[in-house]
Amino acid sequence: MSKATLQRGVQILKEQIDAPTAAYFSSCVHCGMCAEACLFYTETGDPAYTPINKLEPMRRLWEQEYTLVGRIKKLIGLSQPITDEELGEWSDLVYHACSLCGRCSMVCPVGNDISYMIRNIREGISAAGHAPEGLIGATTRAVEIGSPMGITLHALQTQARNIKESSGLEIPFDQEGVDYLVLLSSMEVINFPEYLEAIARIFKQAGKSWTISSEAFEATNSGIQIGTSDIARELVSRVVEAAEKFKVNTVISPECGHAYTAIRWDGPNLMGRRFPFRVKHIIEVLDELRAEGLLKVEGIEDSCMTFHDPCQLVRKGGVIEQPRNLLNMVATNFVEMEDHGAMNWCCGAGGGVSAIEEAADIRLKAFNRKKSQLDQLQVDTLVTACANCRIQLEEGLEENDMEIPVVGLTEMLADHLVEDQP
Amino acid sequence: MNSAEFLLWVRGPGLNIAMAIFIIGMLIRLLEIFMLGRKRNLAELRGNGVSAGLRTIFTRSAPPDKNSLRRSIFTYVAGYSFHIGLLVVIFLLTPHIQLLQSLLGFAWPALPTPVVDLFTVIAMISLMALLWRRLTHPVVRYLSTSQDYLIWAATFLPLLTGYMSYHHLWFPYSWLLGVHILTAEFLLILFPFTRLTHAFTLIISRWYTGMMAGEKGVAS
Repeated sequence: MSKATLQRGVQILKEQIDAPTAAYFSSCVHCGMCAEACLFYTETGDPAYTPINKLEPMRRLWEQEYTLVGRIKKLIGLSQPITDEELGEWSDLVYHACSLCGRCSMVCPVGNDISYMIRNIREGISAAGHAPEGLIGATTRAVEIGSPMGITLHALQTQARNIKESSGLEIPFDQEGVDYLVLLSSMEVINFPEYLEAIARIFKQAGKSWTISSEAFEATNSGIQIGTSDIARELVSRVVEAAEKFKVNTVISPECGHAYTAIRWDGPNLMGRRFPFRVKHIIEVLDELRAEGLLKVEGIEDSCMTFHDPCQLVRKGGVIEQPRNLLNMVATNFVEMEDHGAMNWCCGAGGGVSAIEEAADIRLKAFNRKKSQLDQLQVDTLVTACANCRIQLEEGLEENDMEIPVVGLTEMLADHLVEDQP
Repeated sequence: MNSAEFLLWVRGPGLNIAMAIFIIGMLIRLLEIFMLGRKRNLAELRGNGVSAGLRTIFTRSAPPDKNSLRRSIFTYVAGYSFHIGLLVVIFLLTPHIQLLQSLLGFAWPALPTPVVDLFTVIAMISLMALLWRRLTHPVVRYLSTSQDYLIWAATFLPLLTGYMSYHHLWFPYSWLLGVHILTAEFLLILFPFTRLTHAFTLIISRWYTGMMAGEKGVAS
C-alpha cells in the first residue's frame, strides 16, 4: 500500500466513479426516502446519517471531474475542493454508521444502489488515511497473521484436537481431491467452536469429503470492509490458491455474511479471472444436502423461533429460502419478523462496524431496530447464520435485558442429526 | 416590445434556443455517464441481469413493500400525484400536443382541457406539499441545496402561468401565454444541468441496479 495522503485518496476515489455511480448521482432528487430505510437514521434521528449524504464528497468529486458544468465551475474557482478534514469527518459516516446492509438501495425510488457507492467511497477514504483504527488493526492482522482477530493456525489445530478428543471426529487439514474446501471465520473459531464440530458431523453423515487449508482457513476479508482492493485481492488469492491446490469443486463460506460476498461476488472481480470452482454459503450447501436427502434429522423443536436474515445473504447473496427450508425440518413453531427476507433489518454491526471500538455506542443504538422487531414476536429462540450478527445480537439482547438465546442454524441442524448406525 | 412581438420571439427563436440547449445538454450528460463505463463482472452469475434490469426500470416505480410505503407515505402520495399531474399536463393538453406534433411529426388524442386543468391543480398542490416537506422535514431540509429550490420554482412556474393563462387571471392573455412559454423554456434550459436530469437518468440507474442484482439472483 502506498502512503496515505489526501492526494492519493482523491485519486483512488476518482477511480471508483463508474457509469452506474454517475447515473446515480444524476438521478438523486434529495427525497430523503433512503433515510427511512437506514437503521442508523431511524434509531438516532440524525439526518447526517441519511445514506445518500454519506456520499457527498464522492458526489462533489464526480461533479467536478466528470460533468461539463462541474469542470467549468472548477476552472473558474467556483467549486469546493475535497479537503482532508472533510474525508476524516465522512469516515465516521461511512464506517461507523453504515453496515453496507443495502436496505437503502432497495427503497430508492430512482433506483440508486447507494450501498454499492458506500462500499466504493471507503476505498478513497481509506487511501487518504482515514479508515478507523479498529479496521486498520484487523486488516493488518489479516495480512500478517492470516486472521483479523489474530487467530493462528495453532489455535485452530488445538480446537481440532479438542473436537477429536471429545467426539472422535477427525478435522481434515490439507487434503487433496476432496469435495469441499471449508473456510471459517475467526469469530467462529473464538466464540462458536460448535460450528466446526457441527459441519464435521453433517458432512460425515452426508458422505462428503472436505478439508481445511492450513494456509487459508480464514473466510472473512477485512480488505473488503475497510475498502482496500489490493488487500482484499491478497486475502482472496490465498483462498483461491488453496482451492486450486487441493482441486476442490466447491469452496464453502462459513456462517458469515460479508465473507460470502467477498469470495462469491467480489473475489473473481478482484482477481480479474473466473474461478475454476464454485463458491457457496454453508446454508446453500446444507439446503442442497437436504434436497438430495443427505441431511437426515430427527426430533422437533417446539419452542417459538424466528430467523434473523444476515443482510449479505438476503440482499447481496440471494440466500433467502434455504435457511427457511432447513429450519422447517426441525422447528414446528417458526415465525417471521415483520420485515424479513429481502427487506430485513440489519443487526447493526455488519460491514466492519463490529471491528470499530468507537462505533460501539451507535452499534448498540442501531440494535434497537432489531429489538423492536423481536418485541413484537416474543420468541424463545433467535436463529441466524452469521457469526458476526450473532455476537451483536447476543450483546444487544444482553444490553436490553432480553433473555433470548441466539443459535447458529448449522449447529442447530447438527444437534438434530440422525446418528449413523455402526 | 409589445405582447405580439414577445409571443413571436418566445415561440420562435426562444423555443429553438431552449430546445437546442436541452437536447445537446442532455446528450452530453448521457455521454458523460456512459463514457465512464463499468468493469465486467467475472463472478459466476446466478440469474439473468438483462431481464432483471429491464424489469426494475418499471418495478422501482412502486414501493418495495408495505412497511417502506408506510414509512414514506407522504413522499409517495405527493410524489405520485405531482408526477402524474405533470405528465398529464405536458403530454395530454391539446396545445402541447400540437407543439409536439410540429416537432415530432405525429400526434395523439388529448384529454378535455377542463380535465387537464384539474391535473394542473393537483400537480401544483402536490408540488407545494413537497416544498413544505422540503422546508420542514429534518432529513429533506438537511439534504436540500439551493438547486433543489431553484428546480422547484422552475417546475412550478410553467404550471402556474399555464393555469393563469387558461383562466385569464389578472393579466392580458397574450402576455400570460408568452410568459408561460418563457418559463417552460427556462425549465428546458435548466434541465440538463440540474437534478431535473433524473427524469431520464433514473432509467439508467434502475437498469444498472436491477442488472447487478439480477446477476446475483437477488431482489431489486
